[in-house]
Amino acid sequence: MTTGPYNAPASVARLQRLALIVGVTFTALLALGFFVNRDQFFHSYLFAFSFWAGISIGSLALLMLQHLTGGGWGLVIRRVLEASTRTLPLILILFVPVVLGTYRIYSWTHEEVLAEHPVLREKAKYLNVPFFTVRAAIYFAIWLALAFFLNRWSWQQDRTADRKLVKRMRVLSGPGMVLLIFTVTFASIDWFMSLDPEWSSTIYGFLFVAAWALSALAFTVAALAALAKEEPMHNVVAQLHFHDLGKLLLALVMLWAYFAFSQFLIIWSGNLPEEIRWYIPRIHGTWGAIALGVVVLHFAFPFLFLLSRSFKRNAGKLVIVAVLILVMRLIDLFWMIAPNFTHEYFRVSWMDLVAPVAFGGLWLSLFARELQQRALIPINDPLYETVLEQKAAHAGH
Amino acid sequence: MAEDDPKDETWEHDLEDPEPFHHATTATTRGRRRGAPALYGIMAEFDNPTDLVAAARRTYEKGYRRINGYSPYPIEELSEAIGFTRTSLPLIVLIGGILGGLGGFFMQYWMEVIDYPLNVGGKPFNSWPAFIPITFECTVLVASFAAVLGMLVLNKLPQPYHPVFNAPNFALATRDKFFLVIEANDPVFKHDEAIQFMRTLGGIEVNDVEI
Repeated sequence: MTTGPYNAPASVARLQRLALIVGVTFTALLALGFFVNRDQFFHSYLFAFSFWAGISIGSLALLMLQHLTGGGWGLVIRRVLEASTRTLPLILILFVPVVLGTYRIYSWTHEEVLAEHPVLREKAKYLNVPFFTVRAAIYFAIWLALAFFLNRWSWQQDRTADRKLVKRMRVLSGPGMVLLIFTVTFASIDWFMSLDPEWSSTIYGFLFVAAWALSALAFTVAALAALAKEEPMHNVVAQLHFHDLGKLLLALVMLWAYFAFSQFLIIWSGNLPEEIRWYIPRIHGTWGAIALGVVVLHFAFPFLFLLSRSFKRNAGKLVIVAVLILVMRLIDLFWMIAPNFTHEYFRVSWMDLVAPVAFGGLWLSLFARELQQRALIPINDPLYETVLEQKAAHAGH
Repeated sequence: MAEDDPKDETWEHDLEDPEPFHHATTATTRGRRRGAPALYGIMAEFDNPTDLVAAARRTYEKGYRRINGYSPYPIEELSEAIGFTRTSLPLIVLIGGILGGLGGFFMQYWMEVIDYPLNVGGKPFNSWPAFIPITFECTVLVASFAAVLGMLVLNKLPQPYHPVFNAPNFALATRDKFFLVIEANDPVFKHDEAIQFMRTLGGIEVNDVEI
């Protein structure tokens, strides 16, 4: 068994270059859209932002989760999660145009809309651009601080093997998790729920907590499966780890479905005009077909697939469902966000396709760069030996 | 028998110790018995799970198939090591879940649409979204019953008597000791051979288990 330095394989460096080329090309293309149709540019921008921000922030949640629970599955994905959280500065930069474009995105910034809706005039105490910006700054400060300390201590652990760092990371992760759930709740209300400022749903924040954690886990599983094909991770990652990650994926698919259905059931049962208006355009016509597709491909298929023990233990098959979940997360976010602008009309702009690829290229390039900065396994963590034992126990199979 | 002295006349010490045990402390059984009660199997005792799993794996490789492990807590690798990889329990639970889900849904459908249709808030009688929570609950309920009852049936439980409890020290299987048994009805089981083999596995003790 190799216990050498766990450097990232050359394919990660190739990904970094390729993703950068794709990212820069598509960002240039998207910039063109800014001059063609400025409203559409910002709408597509927010949609793409919601997806990639979710992977960074969801990874922060999973990173703290694995510090709190321990376990071999957490150790083998820790460096992937850490690299994902170190893309948060990019997410902050990508958020700046959202702040600059509030007038094009959020109807509550329009004086004439406020004049027409007395309820919105009351809500303006919360929903106004300065407070919106300050709140966003607080969310990012908390996320960046959590990511900074967890990454720094993990790096120190690689250097010094100080056992106190394990506890320190765990102690931060407890309150950090609470802070993260609060900030994600408020961020999703500010950034996405306020697209329809008259509408409200109390479970909306949890829906985003579950959805972002789910997309982050699906990405992490796909990344780990790709890394496990090659040295050095090939020698460390066991079937057992994919089995555990598959179980967590199943749990998050069910949690997301639970939140999404709860919101629908409560609003559908109440059938109040100010609530049901969010669903009416979304469950009819083409949007309705997409909703059905989300139910089948985002819930039913992954759920049945992940019930199987042998599928969870097979990295190749688990990747299929992870990629499917990522694609469906993108479609679900489009279904949640785009009808705020197009209402009952279904329309996909070319910018809706370009923007996720543009941000994805930049994000993946930064992710690949960060992944190469450190060993792929924290070898000074007390769990490292356990992971090697887990791998050895399955080596005969 | 429990009340029998282990060094009773029925024990014939016709085999010299073939080789010293690796961690050997005692050896209560020394070989073939004559006129003794029927044999359930041979049990080896270990003091850690790693030895048990390694021993189980070697036993399986040796060709024994009717083997079983006992430990104070579940060891995931153990069921693989003794070759116990297929169980029909997941299928039973799945069928239970499907029946529970269908039963839960159509129970409500029958009540709300056929037996006692009631207009609630102007909604259709078949208001399926409202049926989902109870459908889900019934799925979980019947699947859980299927899991528990299926487990009992497949394990042939409850079993008021089981021969492994005749073995000395076996009570420690609920505390800090680990046991491996080769059952006498194994197709390749030969008593002397099996005893010799189990002594090479690195356990603390090897004992006969009587029925």
